[in-house]
Amino acid sequence: MQDKSIRLGVDIGGTFTDVVLEHGKELFSTKVLTTYTAPENAIIDGMHRVCQQSGIDPARISQIIHGTTLATNALIERRGAKTALITTEGFRDVIEMRTESRFEQYDLNLTLPPPLLPRNFRYTIDERMQADGQVLKPLHRADIETLIDEINAAGFESVAVGLLHSYVNDAHERLVAEVLAERMPQAMVSLSSQVSPQMREYERFNTTIANAYIKPLMKSYLGRLKGQLADEGADCPIFLMHSGGGIISLENAAEFPVRLVESGPAGGAVFAAHIAARHGLDKVLSFDMGGTTAKICLIKNQAPKTARVFEVARTYRFKKGSGMPISIPVIDMVEIGAGGGSLAHVDSMRQIRVGPESAGSEPGPACYGRGGARPAVTDADLVLGRLDPANFAGGTIPLDAAASRLALQTQLGDPLDMDAETSAFGLAEVVDENMANAARVHAVENGEDLSEYTMIAFGGAAPLHAGRLCEKLGIARMLVPAGAGVGSAIGFLRAPFSFEANRSQFMRLSDFDAPAITMLLNELKVEATAFVRSCDAQAEIQAQYKVYMRYSGQGWEIPVQLTATQAKTPDLATFQALFEQEYAALFGRVVEAMDVEITVWSVNATTPTQSVTPVDAVASLPLMTTKTQRALFDPATAAVAQASEVLRSDMTPGACIAGPAVITEDETTIIVPTSRRAIALADGCIDISDKGADL
Amino acid sequence: MSAQPPANYPSIVQYQVMWNRLISVVEEQAQALVRTAFSTSVREAGDLSAGVYDQDGNMLAQAVTGTPGHVNAMADAVAHFIRRIGRENFAEGDIYITNDPWEGTGHLHDITIVTPSFYDEVFVGFFGCTAHIVDIGGRGFGADANSVYEEGLYIPIMKFADRGVVDKTLVRIIRGNVREPDQLVGDVYALATCNEIGHRRLIEMMQEFGLADLTGIADFILSNSRSATLERINALTPGTAHGEMRSDGYSHPVDLKVRLSIEKNRMVCDFEGTSGLDKKGINCPLVYTKAYACYALKCAVAPDIPNNAASLAPFEVMAPENTIVNALHPAPVALRHVIGHMVPDAVYAALDQLLPNMVPAEGAGCLCNFQVSLRPRTGAPAPLHARRAEVLTFNSGGSGARPTLDGMNATAFPSGVMTMPVEATEQVGPVIIWRKELRPDSGGAGRHRGGLGQYMEVGAQEGHEFDIQAMFDRVNHPANGRQGGDIGGATTIGLDDGTVMRGKGKQFVPHGRRVMMAFPGGAGYGPVAERSRAEILRDLAGGYISPQAAAQAYGLDSDTIDDTLKRARNGEVF
Repeated sequence: MQDKSIRLGVDIGGTFTDVVLEHGKELFSTKVLTTYTAPENAIIDGMHRVCQQSGIDPARISQIIHGTTLATNALIERRGAKTALITTEGFRDVIEMRTESRFEQYDLNLTLPPPLLPRNFRYTIDERMQADGQVLKPLHRADIETLIDEINAAGFESVAVGLLHSYVNDAHERLVAEVLAERMPQAMVSLSSQVSPQMREYERFNTTIANAYIKPLMKSYLGRLKGQLADEGADCPIFLMHSGGGIISLENAAEFPVRLVESGPAGGAVFAAHIAARHGLDKVLSFDMGGTTAKICLIKNQAPKTARVFEVARTYRFKKGSGMPISIPVIDMVEIGAGGGSLAHVDSMRQIRVGPESAGSEPGPACYGRGGARPAVTDADLVLGRLDPANFAGGTIPLDAAASRLALQTQLGDPLDMDAETSAFGLAEVVDENMANAARVHAVENGEDLSEYTMIAFGGAAPLHAGRLCEKLGIARMLVPAGAGVGSAIGFLRAPFSFEANRSQFMRLSDFDAPAITMLLNELKVEATAFVRSCDAQAEIQAQYKVYMRYSGQGWEIPVQLTATQAKTPDLATFQALFEQEYAALFGRVVEAMDVEITVWSVNATTPTQSVTPVDAVASLPLMTTKTQRALFDPATAAVAQASEVLRSDMTPGACIAGPAVITEDETTIIVPTSRRAIALADGCIDISDKGADL
Repeated sequence: MSAQPPANYPSIVQYQVMWNRLISVVEEQAQALVRTAFSTSVREAGDLSAGVYDQDGNMLAQAVTGTPGHVNAMADAVAHFIRRIGRENFAEGDIYITNDPWEGTGHLHDITIVTPSFYDEVFVGFFGCTAHIVDIGGRGFGADANSVYEEGLYIPIMKFADRGVVDKTLVRIIRGNVREPDQLVGDVYALATCNEIGHRRLIEMMQEFGLADLTGIADFILSNSRSATLERINALTPGTAHGEMRSDGYSHPVDLKVRLSIEKNRMVCDFEGTSGLDKKGINCPLVYTKAYACYALKCAVAPDIPNNAASLAPFEVMAPENTIVNALHPAPVALRHVIGHMVPDAVYAALDQLLPNMVPAEGAGCLCNFQVSLRPRTGAPAPLHARRAEVLTFNSGGSGARPTLDGMNATAFPSGVMTMPVEATEQVGPVIIWRKELRPDSGGAGRHRGGLGQYMEVGAQEGHEFDIQAMFDRVNHPANGRQGGDIGGATTIGLDDGTVMRGKGKQFVPHGRRVMMAFPGGAGYGPVAERSRAEILRDLAGGYISPQAAAQAYGLDSDTIDDTLKRARNGEVF
């Protein structure tokens, strides 16, 4: 008998598959190595483990919520299906010509990433829509039939259809789909007007092709997963986390698998948003640092910031432009190559550089003693006293500080005439500065001032660096939640059912057409709501309205939120005022006398976010005194200090400790810099704030 | 952990952090400009730059943007501002402006804004930025002017704002002289805001690290950059070589000649012997020539060293006055990029002799840009909805093949600008781009094939006619190969009824007609006989080369060709 209070969250990551079982207020979690050839095996294994821990029979699980990097990995590793593209004559090479630019200006031997489909997989057909949706050249059924017979004969499994201006008029794409259904019924079909109905052919075609490319793989995986979970007794509905931070049905996920790209990190952002809600925080910077990358996301009013386009599969040092664009609703995150395994070297200007190259788990940082000779961030952390060599990962990986010192000395110290300790300081400062710069740029791009923000830090390496990052960013307070090691999987359990529908359609405010706006937004609402309704037949569904606006002549549009009333009874003056307010917040001023235009319309249908119980305030207990002390380097003062050492499990609610301090647990270590103090909150969060802020 | 490190060490680490920070600050500055600018070339194509300077005008950091054309020009510009305004006249709240082609970045269409930075009422340095703006009056953007006076409004170096007060007279003069005054004034303010953002970040950094001025960090950046650059140059074998290349020009073909020498502590490009001025606006002020010559050398010798005063100084560029690469006032210079973008190919012709197996073969060179001016048709009634519109597009031919790699298809080099989506272009005005796709057989054959150029076909919506302003080169002078590689495909342009058109200048396109363009390919590298069979088959299967070219240029037999085409049709991957 299924029990509504029992749910399972599953996150398939690159190394580990995290499984979390929630029973009422209790959480049970485990990490299992990801099984690449049959990812469902790790899930089954993990499920049995948490069921055993909790003494719960799999049959009692009422929902499974799943996120996975499989879609992303299939794109990175090019392991998709044999896919054909049908596009407008004259535009065969859109995905190959990209933006016609080089993402790295100074590399004469630059290699552009190859397009997802080779040229002989890209077919054209005689037809053309005009920018306003009028048919410029009709599409003839006979031409489609000939073309599809050719594609069928070549043995394609999946077909992407991307025709010019189909975001305004999809009639030709639908006609192609009709003929495909007749003459090639076994093929999986992806239409650009359905996958990503947005202007800009490169982004739209690439997104549609990516969807088509991973569809057979994801469909078969999801089918197998459902069957096997049922065989193991968990015959409950399965939902998928999507990149926008909500969940959709398994059937919709199989139809639009490109929406699953980046679902893991999205879960992390939802996790942070939930912690923010519990603590009543309206401005939060989530900071997730693992082994190879760090991810930073702005969370305002307990909702992660979203975007319409992002880039996956970057091929060149995480450089912008070296991957491929995917235009779907997504949680807006900055990802940089900075993690515990990131390697350091000295460049030709005698500067220390860190990442994006990573030591991975083999050989790993020098201190793992598995043959790594180059210093990684973890080596610096060890030498600076942030890690206990005997107690890393709960004591499972003994760390060799001498190896770290040697690597730091030979690779950084000798060329720069510094000792190992100063080299470690330099390495840590450089990686922290890289992350701080990424956060600053992201904040500026969004018109935000980070000094008003609270940081929520999770992921294995984050608590080691978050304190210093706060100092650099002028952030007064940060929280390190419990369960941070499986944050994404917990986030899945907190996500609402949601689906965002987008459409490109130009409208100048000087041609403001209120009835057309009402109709368009309503169409989008109906479309988005239907997706959510398929997950939950009864729940209340809210619609969130957003339009993207800019001054005519600009190339960058900014999102403007509308209330339900503003969307139902659109009014020119209100639209103008809302835009100017947002524009001024971002860029400091408005531009007089310029016409404003709307380019993209968006409706997000969502079930309400889960209600949260606010965390009770705790009275601080007297400062803890500790028997153990550790020499800890404090970067802000560039000096070694004697730090108190305490077990996280010993910090009961209200327990306080003053920096410099080190709070240890199995999964990670929290560093409290000299400038900060820490207090344990009622929900197990460690709250670290500036001593100056409350003295 | 051992004893505390000596006192000077943390400062080295902190200087490293500050250098990183300054680079991040100028990138932030540039990003703000991309998002607020109205100019198509800035927002879509990244034609802008931003930098931070010490109080002597030494550039400390510069954003890496879409164009190397501003690289040295920006580094030099601030010195002109210091000289013209006078240090004694700097005040907090000042904003300086110019579009002087010779003291800015090479043509009137680039506006440069420089803002002095004050910290605790003390002058500490400058922020500068430049953007290519929509219109500056005159004849409009194109090569047709006979002197710079016809190319638009000239703004000498002067104060745009004096102690926070904007010069209203100047704004009125600007507004009265350009076609899109709101956009232009909007762009000037966007430039000023972008410097303001940089300034705020700089002051935060100085507070965080307790700096009173930029002397220490400037020394650190400049001395490390200088020694790293000199180390690279001094590792090369000294020597001298001559290189040259010929392009179409406007009135007559242009020869770029360069004498390149690698010496101790410097590399010198001397353009002695280069053609004289053209009558029309493709002449290039020396600042812009320097930028591209220097860019070409830096790519080859010191690609990873950030641009600043010290890393650029060892690359010296000179040219006799009133050669086409050192045009003096009042030569017309609006399309100086047509010559400037060819400079790297000339420099590489010389460098290839000094550093074999390093530089690419010639490529398309200058961007394949054109502007269309659409209007309701004449000669018959135009429909009511017909309208006027200006549409500018940026497009690229193929880049030259490299010693170990093929050239890049339809990818700009040396410029780094982006193209615009066709769907976005067609929203701007009643233009129709019927075709934008790779041009088979345009990549020069060789051990490594040149990058393919592209086809474009442009028409107008029913009821419109238009003028096209062509800005193309390599019609008569296609890209030359290196080390035995073949030439790339030449530019062609004409109407769909067969009428031949010119590669440069404004030309009329009647109602119902289309302009058919084929943009040039890059040249090949090395003898074609050394090309691997697998690559030839892949090119044939993908249609990068035609069956005819596979037979003639690459020597494939007809059975292999038929078999390859059949396998390609069957969906095989090559």
